[in-house]
Amino acid sequence: MDRELILALRGVTCRYPDAPRDSLLGVSLEVRAGEFHAVLGPNGSGKTTLVRAALGLVRPVAGDVEVLGRPGHGWSRRDLARVVGVLPQREDNLFPQRVRETVLLGRYPHLSLLGGVGATDRAAVERALIQCDAADLADRWLWTLSGGEYQRVRLARALAQEPRLLVLDEPTVSLDLQHEMELFELVRTLVDAHGLGVLMITHHVNLAARFADRVLLLVEGRPVGTGAPGDVLTRETTERVFAWPVAIAPFEGRPQMIPLRLRKDAP
Amino acid sequence: MKYVVLGGAALATLAAALLVGPAHLPLADLPGSAIVWQLRLPRAVLAFLVGGALGVAGTSLQALVRNPLADPFLLGLSGGAGLGAVAAIALHLPGPWALPLAAFVGAVGAMALVYRLGLVGGAELDPRILLLGGVAVGAFAGAITTAIVSLAQATELRNAFLWLWGGLSGASWTLVLVMLVYAPLPLAVLVAAARPLDLLALGEEPAQYLGADVRRLKRLVYLAASLLTAAAVAVAGVIGFVGLVVPHVCRLVWGRLHRTLLPTAFLTGGILLAVADTLARTVVAPRELPVGIVTALLGVPVFAFLLRRWTVS
Repeated sequence: MDRELILALRGVTCRYPDAPRDSLLGVSLEVRAGEFHAVLGPNGSGKTTLVRAALGLVRPVAGDVEVLGRPGHGWSRRDLARVVGVLPQREDNLFPQRVRETVLLGRYPHLSLLGGVGATDRAAVERALIQCDAADLADRWLWTLSGGEYQRVRLARALAQEPRLLVLDEPTVSLDLQHEMELFELVRTLVDAHGLGVLMITHHVNLAARFADRVLLLVEGRPVGTGAPGDVLTRETTERVFAWPVAIAPFEGRPQMIPLRLRKDAP
Repeated sequence: MKYVVLGGAALATLAAALLVGPAHLPLADLPGSAIVWQLRLPRAVLAFLVGGALGVAGTSLQALVRNPLADPFLLGLSGGAGLGAVAAIALHLPGPWALPLAAFVGAVGAMALVYRLGLVGGAELDPRILLLGGVAVGAFAGAITTAIVSLAQATELRNAFLWLWGGLSGASWTLVLVMLVYAPLPLAVLVAAARPLDLLALGEEPAQYLGADVRRLKRLVYLAASLLTAAAVAVAGVIGFVGLVVPHVCRLVWGRLHRTLLPTAFLTGGILLAVADTLARTVVAPRELPVGIVTALLGVPVFAFLLRRWTVS
């Protein structure tokens, strides 16, 4: 099966001005339509820089980025926002606003300078709200939402962009187990049912192993393994990435990581 | 609907401004009166335009620096304009255009200086540096202004003081015409930036992911809002609180989207300043209060009320 290539990074190296070392070094990665790609690595391993490089906010000093076959720097922000929806790790809410208004911001890259919000846009907003199980939140104020609801609303905003690719930067940080699982299930559904490509940065080795089609492991900006979870998440590689002894046990055909205690005789 | 209400209120305000004044004119004499056509009407229209410009500039600058306390004058423009005006007064520059031109040059000079300070690494405009640079430039210009005023003669001192609190007594049809020619371009730039400004409230990175060209946006909005403020301050002096309070009132009533916010801020700012100016020239007639005092007396309680509502809810 040869699915369309949406995002490709080839040998991408990035260095911030005045930084002592490269933040990314020779990273390659491909995300195809209908594929869930996870990026794993400890803090400071360059995961967020990878997102910024893929989306044109950081210009690589070496290597290429391509989105739908076009060089990354050849995209205007507006055109890119019509094909890639992003959930950044952090954002502000300077002035109070309601959920439906927030999701409507996802339509902005599709609106013309003078034109208003049309029926197509409203339909896309309602569809996105339903897809994210957030239709009953539509009239709520943003600041009254729980952490899990807030992430679903932001995901709906990204879907209202009608993107081909979703990029999520640690979307389940500070969510409890139920909301975390719900978010992963929802993302997987979007990948399978709508053929979206997904690039997710996450700390959750075990959830990435169970939900993602491919994973990339990063340590200090260097790729140390990329491929199907079963091939990449071996004991040796995982221990190297997270600098801690682990055991790997299969569960439903996917590797699961169990961090080990240092004292084997402990209760 | 909101535009019908605001437009009606604007017309009512202008009508009221024509009816009242220190010279008691019988109603029947109004249509043919030179006082109405050459004094009250251009003055009311100019007040409306200046108030509208300040409302729009304040709204866009609050979105740009992502700080609800921002005011068109916070970025050093009032300091620069004040310095220019006071220098013109102290040097006895002749002609009706000396004062507004000197104030405009001072404001644009301060704007250029703050802009240069805000350009980090020569490329990206940093709103936090803009704020700090604006306060620094404003304080520096203020110090020089005070030095000049402290060495000035009594009449110059009074003139400088009156100018620094704002006033529209110099209004004329020529000034109205200047504003009508000058203001549309910066206003159009800001209205065209309305949707990207909505996105900017999320932060610079999220705004870019939603399609905003943030680097260009910041430059355009800063320059357009500052040029608008510079014109307002040149024709009417430093009028506080319009640019701070009007955006908040409009946001509370009509929501936070700039497509609605910018036009309503223009109309509301215009109404507020036309009312304030009518009060300024009538309550102590035949003398006049600086209009900045009236906007402060009206604006501060409104602002305090809003602040209270905000912190409670």
